[in-house]
Amino acid sequence: MGQVGQARVLSSPALPQAVPRRSSAFRRNLPRAVVYGLLAVGGFIFALPLLWLFSTSLKMPGHEFVLPPEWIPNPVRLENYTEAFRVRPFALFTRNTMVILILATAGTLITGSMSAYAFARLRFPGRGILFGITLSTLMLPFVVTMVPTFILFKQLKWINTFAPLIVPYWAGGGAFNIFLMRQFFMTIPYELEEAARIDGAGFFRSYWQITLPLAGPVLATVGIFSFIHHWNDFLAPLIYLSSPYLQTLALGIQTFRGEFGNQWNLLMAASAAMVVPVLLMFFFAQRYFLRGVAMTGLAGR
Amino acid sequence: MATVAARSRGRWTLRQREALAAYLFLLPWLVGLLVFVLGPVVASFLLAFTSWDLLNPPQWIGLGNFDKMFSGDKLFPISLYNTAYYTFISVPLHVVVALVLALALNLPLRGIRFFRTAFYVPSVTPAVANAILWLWIFQPEVGLLNVALGAFGVPPQRWLFEAELAKPSFIIMSMWASGGQMVIFLAGLQSIPEHLYEAASIDGAGAWRRFLHVTLPMLSPVIFFNLVIGLIGTFQVFSAAYIMTGGGPSYSTLFYVLYLYNNAFKFLQMGYASALAWVLFLIVLFFTLVQFLVAGRWVYYEGELKR
Repeated sequence: MGQVGQARVLSSPALPQAVPRRSSAFRRNLPRAVVYGLLAVGGFIFALPLLWLFSTSLKMPGHEFVLPPEWIPNPVRLENYTEAFRVRPFALFTRNTMVILILATAGTLITGSMSAYAFARLRFPGRGILFGITLSTLMLPFVVTMVPTFILFKQLKWINTFAPLIVPYWAGGGAFNIFLMRQFFMTIPYELEEAARIDGAGFFRSYWQITLPLAGPVLATVGIFSFIHHWNDFLAPLIYLSSPYLQTLALGIQTFRGEFGNQWNLLMAASAAMVVPVLLMFFFAQRYFLRGVAMTGLAGR
Repeated sequence: MATVAARSRGRWTLRQREALAAYLFLLPWLVGLLVFVLGPVVASFLLAFTSWDLLNPPQWIGLGNFDKMFSGDKLFPISLYNTAYYTFISVPLHVVVALVLALALNLPLRGIRFFRTAFYVPSVTPAVANAILWLWIFQPEVGLLNVALGAFGVPPQRWLFEAELAKPSFIIMSMWASGGQMVIFLAGLQSIPEHLYEAASIDGAGAWRRFLHVTLPMLSPVIFFNLVIGLIGTFQVFSAAYIMTGGGPSYSTLFYVLYLYNNAFKFLQMGYASALAWVLFLIVLFFTLVQFLVAGRWVYYEGELKR
């Protein structure tokens, strides 16, 4: 039951405990107003840089540095976006990013859920030790494996291909995702599977037809984490992709900067275009996302 | 289970078939663990004792790399200092900011989801877009920060262009991304059983004492988790410095992993870079172990509820 308790939905509306209960209406409302005020000010400060980003992305060249700052661009110049896409092959960068992202995420979901299923559901010698090793790799700084991994891919002649950015994700998808999915699988009642097993279903069928269909929320969570990771990833493409035709969005925007350093409006438009999908992703998948964090159980008892 | 066991086919028992299935399910991860984790860790350890430019065969130089690090190389102590400075200020600060935010965002107020999103979104902004945005906020003449501070009569600062201010600038920027830890704190706060607060209230505890005696102890494993993960992550700060300053001015933002990256991929000193990686590994391991040792004194695990 402890597992189920940890998988509580974060955004559930019933959170009565934190508010101090006071007698008079005035004393009850005053702290509330203060908190609202502080949240509004804080939220504004946190949102300010992004508002500034979107505002600048719509400005005329030369209007970026006007003092006092112009929050609402006048005139609004939507062409910044089309122009940014023209001066650099952003359509190609987007395509490259999507190819890597989709294939890597598929690998993470398939091989990660297989590993998680074995750790959550099957008994085999060495399970405890293997799971312990898996978890301890979470603490390993990535730079330790960075150089030998680069050399390995260089020997395989995989530099300047997408393979180094995709293939490793078909090898289990990383300890964090395995851990996350395992935690969720443990919350699915075992009886369902047992019934299927008695009906003659093998291990693969009970994984594929019983466990996975019930694991939608955690698969969505891992998918979202994976999307954001690959969309934002900078270091790995930087190391493995130097050909201009293979660059991802993260790299593309960076190279953009050196050459067109003065065209802030275009640079901001390109950056804004890269932020928007992540914002939409977060906005629509917020529930899964927060739930995934709660589900690791790391954040709970 | 007995009925199932009775149906086992051939000479394999159910136990054996289950174990076989498990290893097949785990095959991709076992390969990954060997090829992408354990293999590279061993290789990195061996490379640390060599000199290798990728073109000629690696040469065994014993402790040469470590010798260089601790006596010859001036940039190694600088990068270590920069990273320690950044880590030991920003990690505790992050935890405090994230905790305060989470406490506020846990209140049952109308529209609280909107606020949660506003505070969380900066931490999922792509690193590159983020860096470009902040380059501009820190811009000395017309940047947002100087304009805002100017309204309060603060004279303009040169932020990223001044060695003394460059690291604090990075710390300010990193605060903006406290949302990641905030979400973890929120999850932790919501799993504190309500009856503890009720019991404390009946005993006459006010809001502050409930925080001190219920929230903090119950949340201590989460604080611990955020400190450990935060430290491991912050020691490896890279992208922002690579994009925004390239390590300058006068090496003041040459962080450890940036220096390691330069050695590996700019100067092609794979052996030296591996040695640097292992030293970082040992440093991170040391501080993680220290945190685990100290944890016994302040982290409260509600044992009987643990699975």
